[in-house]
Amino acid sequence: MSQNSDLTLHQQHVHEAHAHVGEHTHRDDVGSKMGMWLFLFTEVLLFGGMFILYASYRFMYSDAFKVAAEHLDTYVGAINTIILLASSCAVVLAIVSLQKKNKRLCLGFLWFTLACGAAFMVNKYFEWGHKIEIGIYPKGPALAEMSEGEVLFFGLYYVMTGLHGLHIIIGMIFIGVIMAMIQKNKITHDNFQKLENSGLYWHLVDVIWIFLFPLFYLIH
Amino acid sequence: MDSEKEKAIHEHESHSHEYGVYILVFFGLLALTAITVSIAGLNLGSLTLTVALVIATIKTCLVANYFMHVKFDSPIFKVFIAVCIVIFATMIGLTFFDLIFR
Repeated sequence: MSQNSDLTLHQQHVHEAHAHVGEHTHRDDVGSKMGMWLFLFTEVLLFGGMFILYASYRFMYSDAFKVAAEHLDTYVGAINTIILLASSCAVVLAIVSLQKKNKRLCLGFLWFTLACGAAFMVNKYFEWGHKIEIGIYPKGPALAEMSEGEVLFFGLYYVMTGLHGLHIIIGMIFIGVIMAMIQKNKITHDNFQKLENSGLYWHLVDVIWIFLFPLFYLIH
Repeated sequence: MDSEKEKAIHEHESHSHEYGVYILVFFGLLALTAITVSIAGLNLGSLTLTVALVIATIKTCLVANYFMHVKFDSPIFKVFIAVCIVIFATMIGLTFFDLIFR
């Protein structure tokens, strides 16, 4: 009987030891960041393939690309660029404020980022909407009268800005989840790698737009 | 294990900056955007594309180094990025080799 209780006691110790280990879970921030960067490279190559396609067709149909780009509003493109740059800056400022243990300011900056992402998408909605209205869409009346090169331009325009817009939405969801974790104190001033990873994703989406903007909106 | 953790935390703190640096970078990015838009308005012919890509690359360097903290990270991340750029450049090079000499 006493042997039995000894055993239970022993088991209890083992459990406690395990619990103790659990409290000090190993955290590898650098490894986490490396994983995020590796993922970002797959994203770079995903968009990279499209940029190569764009470059090839622009090389083959450079005049048609110039004509087609006239339909794009430089003004809207520039405003969207500024919106994304501001949102990227807000993410990085959110990290600084969390490091300074200012949780409210950190969440404020992230709310600003989400608002920027939403504003970007609203602009995109009106931009695409206007083009569809004037008949530039697959099998649309305006597109049917265009030359091969112009059709290719708009094909690339819709796919590349569309995929980029999808990334904005995914980035907003990512940041939203991170905000909930900050709210619940799962991400704190000394444990914020997840916040940084979401920031890396957001900055990459910003970098892709930095290239999309001149390649589609600034052809003259 | 604890010392490793402390080291990781320390690494984080070593690149914790004041707000000012990032706001300055943001204004730099805005200025470059203004430059790229106004240059596109000029008639530079074939130079337009080159100038636009150079400015986009400078902006990307600013975003990567400051916003993505690459400047303050361990050098291994720079090696990562270099490998990715080399792979991408090879893809572009081979594609255009095919396209031009077809």
